[in-house]
Amino acid sequence: MEKFVNYSSVVIPIDRSNVDTDALIPKQFLKSVEKSGFGDNLFDEWRYLDQGEPGQDCSDRPLNTDFVLNKKAYRGGRILLARDNFGCGSSREHAVWALRDFGIRTVIAGSYADIFFNNCFKNGVLPISLPGADIDALFAQDAESGPCSMDIDLERQTATAESGQVYRFEIDGFKKQCLLEGLDDIALTLQHEGDIATYEQRRMNDVPWLFEDLAS
Amino acid sequence: MTGKTLYDKLWEQHLVRESEDGTALIYIDLQLLHEVTSAQAFAGLRDAARLPRRKAANLAVADHNVPTTDRSAGISDPIARLQVETLDRNCEEFGITEFAMSDPRQGIVHVVGPEQGATQPGMTIVCGDSHTATHGALGALAFGIGTSEVEHVLATQCLVARKMKNMRINLNGALPDGIFSKDMILAVIGLIGTSGGTGYTIEFAGSAVREASMEARMTLCNMAIEAGARAGLVGVDEATVTYLEGRPYSPKGDHIERARDFWLQMVTDLDAEFDKEYDLDVSVLRPQVTWGTSPEMVASVDDEIPNPADAPDQTRERDWARALEYMDLSPGTRINTITLDKVFIGACTNGRIEDLRAAAKVASGRKVAQNIKQALVVPGSGLVKVQAEAEGLDRIFTEAGFEWREPGCSMCLAMNADQLEPGERCAATSNRNFEGRQGYGGRTHLVSPSMAAAAAIAGRFVDPHQL
Repeated sequence: MEKFVNYSSVVIPIDRSNVDTDALIPKQFLKSVEKSGFGDNLFDEWRYLDQGEPGQDCSDRPLNTDFVLNKKAYRGGRILLARDNFGCGSSREHAVWALRDFGIRTVIAGSYADIFFNNCFKNGVLPISLPGADIDALFAQDAESGPCSMDIDLERQTATAESGQVYRFEIDGFKKQCLLEGLDDIALTLQHEGDIATYEQRRMNDVPWLFEDLAS
Repeated sequence: MTGKTLYDKLWEQHLVRESEDGTALIYIDLQLLHEVTSAQAFAGLRDAARLPRRKAANLAVADHNVPTTDRSAGISDPIARLQVETLDRNCEEFGITEFAMSDPRQGIVHVVGPEQGATQPGMTIVCGDSHTATHGALGALAFGIGTSEVEHVLATQCLVARKMKNMRINLNGALPDGIFSKDMILAVIGLIGTSGGTGYTIEFAGSAVREASMEARMTLCNMAIEAGARAGLVGVDEATVTYLEGRPYSPKGDHIERARDFWLQMVTDLDAEFDKEYDLDVSVLRPQVTWGTSPEMVASVDDEIPNPADAPDQTRERDWARALEYMDLSPGTRINTITLDKVFIGACTNGRIEDLRAAAKVASGRKVAQNIKQALVVPGSGLVKVQAEAEGLDRIFTEAGFEWREPGCSMCLAMNADQLEPGERCAATSNRNFEGRQGYGGRTHLVSPSMAAAAAIAGRFVDPHQL
C-alpha cells in the first residue's frame, strides 16, 4: 500500500447524508476482476447524464455540469466533504478503489458506515470524522466563499482550513501507523503465527466438528 | 459481576490476541465467497505467493452475476462470464469447495449457508458482502467485509478488528396476521435510522423473535446492516437446533450431542447489560413500504408520503426532498394509491421457501394486473426452487402471470439482465432502495413478499387483506 503523505487540496463538498456505495460506484462496474481503473466511474450516475458501461471511454460522455465533481473550481480536488453515514450499504471495496483512483485520499464526514471505514485504511484513504457543527461550518464556508483548500496532516491529526482554523481529528493508533507506513496488514498478522496456531489448536479441541472437512 | 451478552461471548471465544489499545485479532471459522468480491483477493494471494490457511473453512458460490433464465447457454455478458469463470478457476486452483452455476445447491450465498448447515451457532462467519449479517439468525457472529479483508482471511484465517458495542432490540407482542419479519425490520430501521446501529452489534430479542421461524429470523438479521450494524444476532433456542438437524454440513455422529450443548450456550445471560436498548410493540404493526431512497424512509401502507417540511432537521429535510424528487412522489400522496411497473420477489432477504409460500398464498387464483410489465419470482437457491416446485408454488405463480426464474441475486442489485428501466417503479422484497440500485433511474419500494404479491395483483400497493 502507498504511504499516506501530508498534502493540501481543494475540498469537494457533497452535501448529502447517507451517501451509499452504490452511488460511489454503481454495480455494473463491479464485474471487473481488477483492483484499479474505477476512477472515471466514481459517482457515475450523478456525474454523467447517460448510463455508464464497464470498459467505456468516459471522455466523450455527457456530463452533469451541476454536479460538483464536474465544476472547474473543484478540479483536481483530493479531499471529499460529506455528511453522516458516508459509505453505507454494500461492502464493495470498489467504492474506495474508485475514490483512490480518482485521487481522493481523504474524506471528511460526520460519520461513516463501518465496512466502508475499514476498507479505506486498506487502500491508503483517510476517513476523518468531525462533529456536526464543524461539518456545517465547512459546508457554510464553501457556500459563502467558494472552493476552499485544506491541509491534511496525519502525524499531527489535523485538517487546517485556509482561514487558519484547525480541526483536530481522532484516529486509531494502529490504523494511523498502517497508513503512515503503508503497511501490508497480512504480513503484520502473519507475525502472530504462533498465537494463531495456539488458538487453532484450542478451538479444535473445543469445537472439533468445525474442523471436519466441510466438503466431506 | 454482570453477565455477558451473546456478542460478548462470541467475541471472547474468537479472540486470538488483543493489544493494549483494543486492536484485536479474531479467528474466523468460515468464509463464504462469491464472484464479485473475491477475484482481487485471490489475485493478491497469488501475487504474494500465499496459500489459503484452511481451505476447508471456505465455501464458494456464484450468485450476483448469474442469469436467472435458461442457463444451458451459459452467461451471455462476457464481463460477467469472465468473473464467474474466474471464481471457478480460483476455487479449483486453491482447492476450495464451490457450488458452481450448474450445481443444484447453487443459490444466494446467504441462503445457501444456513440451508447447507454450514452456518452454525457459535461460529464467526465472514463474506465480502454486507448481507452476511443474515447468518446471525443462527447465533453466529457474521458480518460483511471488503475484498482486502477477504484476502486477509484466506491467508491468515483471522481478521484485525475492534470490539463493537452491544445493542438489543426487543420485539414484543403477537405479530398480526399478514405482518411478517420484513415489516418488523423495516419498522426497526424507521425507528433507529440507517446509522442507528453503526458501531454496534444488534441482538434481536423479545417474544416476537422467539415465536419467529428461523427463516423469519434470517430476514431480521439480514437487514441489520440497513440499520448500520455490521452484525445482527438472535440467541440460540430449540428452533435453531431443530433447524440444523440433518443438514449436509451439520455435525455428525459423536459430535451431535456435544454440538447441541455448545450451541444452547449461545445466548445472552439474563443479567447482561447492553449499551443501548430499544423496545418495539409489533402487535400494532401495519404492512411497511419504503417511499424514499434510504431504507429508513418507511411508512405503513395506509399512511401518506411525509412532507419534507416536517422532517426532524434541515439535513433530513433536504434528503427527503431529494428522495421524493428521485422517486417522483409528492408529500401527502397515500401510499396505497402508488401504482407500480414491476414486482421483484426474491433476494437474500426474502428468497426462502416461507417467503415464496407467503407470496403464493396471495397470488393463488388471482392474476397480475395489466399495468405490471413484469413480476419476477426468483428463488434464493436451487434447493428452494425444487422445494417450491414440489409444493406447486411455481404453478400458482405462473398461472397468475408471474415469471418463475432460476436462483440468484437477480434484481436486488441488478448486476445481471434483471433490471429496472429508467423511471420504472418496483415493489421489491430485497433490502436496498438506493438510487439506481435495481437499474439506472429505477425506483424501488421495499416490502414483504406478501405485500409484493398483492402489489402485483392490484397494480398498486394494497394491504393483502383488502384484495
